[in-house]
Amino acid sequence: MTDDVILQVKDLKAYFKLDEGLLKAVDGVSFDLRKGETLGIVGESGSGKSVTNLAIMRLIPSPPGHIAGGEVVFMGDDILKMSDDGIRKIRGNKISMIFQDPMTCLNPFLKISTQMIETIVLHQGLDKKAAKEKAVEMLKLAGIPAPEKRIDQYPHQFSGGMRQRVMIAMALSCEPEILIADEPTTALDVTIQAQILELINELSERLGTAVILITHSLGVVAGMCDSICVMYAGRIVERGTADEIFSDPRHPYTQGLIKSVPRLDKVSTQRLYSIPGQPPNVINLPDCCPFFPRCERAMDVCKTKYPKVAELGDKRTVACWLYGEGK
Amino acid sequence: MAENKNENLLEVSGLKMHFPYHTGSLWTKKKGFIYAVDGVDLAIKKGETLGLVGESGCGKSTTLRAVAQLYRPTAGSVKLKGQELTTATDHEIMRARKDMQIVFQDPYASLNPRMTTRDIISEPMRIFTRAKILSLSRTEIDERVEQLMERVGLSRFFKNRYPHEFSGGQRQRIGIARALALKPDLVLCDEPVSALDVSIQAQILNLFKDLQEEFGLTYMFIAHDLAVIQYISNRIAVMYLGVIVELSDSAELYKKPLHPYTQALLSAAPIPDPAVERKRQRIILTGDVPSPDKARTGCYFYDRCSKRMDKCAQSVPKLKDAGSGHQVACFLYGD
Repeated sequence: MTDDVILQVKDLKAYFKLDEGLLKAVDGVSFDLRKGETLGIVGESGSGKSVTNLAIMRLIPSPPGHIAGGEVVFMGDDILKMSDDGIRKIRGNKISMIFQDPMTCLNPFLKISTQMIETIVLHQGLDKKAAKEKAVEMLKLAGIPAPEKRIDQYPHQFSGGMRQRVMIAMALSCEPEILIADEPTTALDVTIQAQILELINELSERLGTAVILITHSLGVVAGMCDSICVMYAGRIVERGTADEIFSDPRHPYTQGLIKSVPRLDKVSTQRLYSIPGQPPNVINLPDCCPFFPRCERAMDVCKTKYPKVAELGDKRTVACWLYGEGK
Repeated sequence: MAENKNENLLEVSGLKMHFPYHTGSLWTKKKGFIYAVDGVDLAIKKGETLGLVGESGCGKSTTLRAVAQLYRPTAGSVKLKGQELTTATDHEIMRARKDMQIVFQDPYASLNPRMTTRDIISEPMRIFTRAKILSLSRTEIDERVEQLMERVGLSRFFKNRYPHEFSGGQRQRIGIARALALKPDLVLCDEPVSALDVSIQAQILNLFKDLQEEFGLTYMFIAHDLAVIQYISNRIAVMYLGVIVELSDSAELYKKPLHPYTQALLSAAPIPDPAVERKRQRIILTGDVPSPDKARTGCYFYDRCSKRMDKCAQSVPKLKDAGSGHQVACFLYGD
């Protein structure tokens, strides 16, 4: 482990007890995040990418959910073992989050100023006046025109892209070590998406913030991320740098996923590849490879045991029986 | 019916859809219009796919709904197989809908949760039989439901299940089966793959292509994802604030986008390849899409355009041919 690792997630498990059975939303996820790095977590809906990050922030609703095991080491301390007060000092301060839908994350009854000042006063101990100045400065950084006026407006007076800018300004106002962005551009149009991604990139670089970017869009991770985790049915099936994942995908799921996205730069009339079948139901999932019913290269062993995670090199792992000693 | 390959199945000209709105209190009431669609001309040939692409609020869904006569257009004409729909009676429109069906975006909201799959898929056939437009017996309808289900990739044994028992992709298959139940010529697809996961999206796109080949369907296909539109369409219309700004052959549009908006849109779309992404020059548009509640005096893209000229603010550019059927509404081209 090198010194610049600021967040280390080890074998994290988050389960939900439902009437239908035990839902293993996240089942043994491990990764680490270095200072200033942008890590992408890609996966389809239900793959556990959002729950992973809610677990890191200890935001899993309990009941029905609980964290069934693992460690989340942030700057030397295990977040999962902290007191409620301890985590509150980190949440929104050292680690902050932005979500998919900026309208539901902003309180529609409160002015932007009230919402931003609250965070800054709470975490940075500034007085209200200084906090407001700081808030205006952050809005300006986030590219909001006339921030002195806009700060006293209500969320509904902002457009979708502008609201996401407000969220980013708010999330970065305490200069966090880590910014978790959960599908930050999914609700936005392409041209606005480009603006927001550019903004996250620029600000995280300037403030030295590490970013965990959760998305289902392969295009977005390709442009933004240094390294990528691909999730399927609650586990990370493949990890590597962005270049490795896209130029040399190893897991059959990653390979299929990359092939099944139509590409703008390669106009082809050929039939698009598609992964057959449906994503699995993660309730009461047996201990086999969850991808095997859809996998073209499934073997007998895939049906009986979950593959060992094979290390293919520095920070490069794949969970598939085709690789490593399980071969 | 004389059907020739080059015949236009659908012709839309000067289509306008304005929605009235009221603001202010009872005493200071003001009336205005949202100019959602403001003069759209397009034609779709039999067997082709026309893609409509644009950002939210640009009027692509409204165009589709006005074509389907779910909204009665404010002005303009919509001709399906030569028949004018905007002035047609309700009964005539119903007959026309036999040839024109819709697949909706949200497979969760567009299927009635209290109906079984069989009821959902057979409903159009039952309605048209009751209206004496079709004459199908109950067994014929049942057989057709089973055929349709198998064709779209659902097992016939699922026919007594309810929508909540299916995943998003399977629900979209039910929606497609329902749209095909009446053997339409034209299928209007309103973002049918936007709510689906990547691996399922590819399956559904392929299904659309296969069905087109098999049944000779014509699609008007809406998506906001440019790569999806490129894959599925023969020709593409790019919309911005209620008008078509560029209309061209699909491959041509991606190779040589003419309108500054199309160029920005294409450069903003992420490409799933880090090596390509690093080399790309992005045109980042500043600002948001303006509100469509003002009547047009100049080009609507004026505020965000990097190549704007004085005359762009004064008059509205018209869609003009810039060579080989590539149409563009911009003063940079032509006179």
